[in-house]
Amino acid sequence: MKIHEYQGKQIFSKFGVTVLENRVARTADAAATAFNELGGAIAVVKSQIHAGGRGKGTFIEKPDQHGVQLVKSAEEARQAAENMLGNRLVTIQTGSDGKKVNQVIVEAGCDIARELYLGIVLDRAAMKPVLMCSQEGGVEIEKVAHETPEKIFKEHFDPAQGLESYQVRKLCKKLGIKGKSVRSADKFMKALCRMYVDTDCSLMEINPLVVTGDGELVALDSKINFDSNAAFRHQDWEELRDLSEEEESEVRASNAGLSYVKLEGNIGCLVNGAGLAMSTMDIIKLHGGEPANFLDVGGGANADQVTEAFRIILSDPNVKAVLVNIFGGIMKCTTIAEAIVIAAKSVGFEVPLVVRLEGTEVEAGRKILEDSDVDVITATDLNDAAEKVAATLG
Amino acid sequence: MSILINKDTKVICQGITGNVGEFHTRGCLDYGTQMVGGVTPGKGGQEVAGLPVFDTVSEAVEQTGADATMIFVPPPFAADAILEAIDAGIKVVIAVTEGVPVIDMVRVYESAKNSNSVLVGPNCPGVITADECKIGIMPGYIHQKGSVGIMSRSGTLTYEAVWQTSNLGLGQTTCVGLGGDPIVGTSFIDVLKMFEEDGETESILMMGEIGGTAEEEAAAYVKEHVTKPVAAFIAGRTAPPGKRMGHAGAIISGGKGTAAEKISALEAAGIEVAQSPADMGAAMARAIEKAK
Repeated sequence: MKIHEYQGKQIFSKFGVTVLENRVARTADAAATAFNELGGAIAVVKSQIHAGGRGKGTFIEKPDQHGVQLVKSAEEARQAAENMLGNRLVTIQTGSDGKKVNQVIVEAGCDIARELYLGIVLDRAAMKPVLMCSQEGGVEIEKVAHETPEKIFKEHFDPAQGLESYQVRKLCKKLGIKGKSVRSADKFMKALCRMYVDTDCSLMEINPLVVTGDGELVALDSKINFDSNAAFRHQDWEELRDLSEEEESEVRASNAGLSYVKLEGNIGCLVNGAGLAMSTMDIIKLHGGEPANFLDVGGGANADQVTEAFRIILSDPNVKAVLVNIFGGIMKCTTIAEAIVIAAKSVGFEVPLVVRLEGTEVEAGRKILEDSDVDVITATDLNDAAEKVAATLG
Repeated sequence: MSILINKDTKVICQGITGNVGEFHTRGCLDYGTQMVGGVTPGKGGQEVAGLPVFDTVSEAVEQTGADATMIFVPPPFAADAILEAIDAGIKVVIAVTEGVPVIDMVRVYESAKNSNSVLVGPNCPGVITADECKIGIMPGYIHQKGSVGIMSRSGTLTYEAVWQTSNLGLGQTTCVGLGGDPIVGTSFIDVLKMFEEDGETESILMMGEIGGTAEEEAAAYVKEHVTKPVAAFIAGRTAPPGKRMGHAGAIISGGKGTAAEKISALEAAGIEVAQSPADMGAAMARAIEKAK
């Protein structure tokens, strides 16, 4: 689960990680007021969307406006906010449609001496979280990681113990952080590691992390993803979630306990199991088709959930055919067959439906489909299914 | 022979009093697994599927001699249940539970590594030795005693592979579902070692997916240490970067973990790579033929 920069910074503050004073604004007037309240000679207006690359990104409706802008008066703050709010910001991470900006923050300026990068992720090879830093702040860190991996410094830490002071000192030495800034770094980095664990992050990034003229470390940005498996112990996540940032059909699917990702193609897929769902997308593509979605109904889904899955798939206007691929383990083929019959009645299939069933209660499942008056193209194996669904599109 | 489990393995189910735990305990009993009891804290003394229920795993081990466990405990309590099984000295701990927080697994992984237990999972379908012992949620009937060792990060894709190898008459020794989470107790390499040493297993079929570098590491291991024919399939060639494909582990981030990278690492290690998920059994047959 992703959250906005301003929400991440609020959590930083709680954990004692220094951020600059800021105000959230949802109107241009509020942005002007925020500038005056902050009281400085300069401020920065920043679009709030769940995507990176905002500084370089521009708006579809206002091609000259970037997603982040330095302003020197309340009037400039108002103008920048007006250009941003309600318009769609396109960045390298948003796709060509961009994302609509519903809120901006107006943040106080600061005296920047240096810009660094800091990130915390799970290192799957080491099976531990790792703190990564680089002197190459403010730029695309993926590029640095790819081209000059030796410029990224790493320290693993134990979730229970957190980061140790000697590890901070090692990092400071490599980053060229000296003098009293080392003490600031010690507090800053340890607090971030504690926050990563306590709030069940799956990713935390500060780019740039700045060292001010006074030698203090300040988080100028925040990018935080949470591990959605841990939602049961974080009641506050429901408030932090911004549904307008998520694909409507994906929200609907997650409410129904389904795992769904919308894609660009025209063949809808309904599969049980993530690996088989990905493989089904792959084989569709091998036969010249394009999958319209990833959809894993899971093992324990009932007929209602499967029917909802069909509704979601069919609500995508791009879908011209549907492929059902079920290898029943926990999932019974009869459940799927019954759901197909219900969906045919309640939703209606106006596009061809290819069904491949195998596994638990397969014979009974096939019989339900045969006995029904639903128009189904049956397939015997994966290849057969992919060929038949591709053939329906001519 | 086989790996991890066989006809003598005595199995308990943690979470046996829940619907899912009970359902799959019965499924394992039907397959012929020696299920000997179950554990649910506070429900000791009850009976489920004709088996005794205990309050603690230690008690269950003392009373039944269990050496394997199948865990269906819900995510908030799953890490604790795994640690309890390790503490009780259970040799093979199979965690089926889906949705365990990753940070919990960092802690559990460390404990498992420093113990004599083998942890498989979480978020896995389980382990089955054909015709001998099924611990998990897989449909038993598709398996057929044979010579292929199967390992996979995904459940239903494993069934697909099992089904294909059964249809070709190759059959299986043991099938291990490793689990789809970023941190799982047992890796491809751990299982490769076991299959290489196992006298019955003549060839190895692995199913990987996008995300992480487990497949690349396995490929390097195969090149150095495995003498038996190996075939593989990688799911997720068409998955776009940055989108999580169901499994918490299946996400291409920062350009790493793509199917293309994994396939080229596998091919470089001399592994026969199936071009489509319909081709997994056939790829195994080709690898066996080439090795002759």
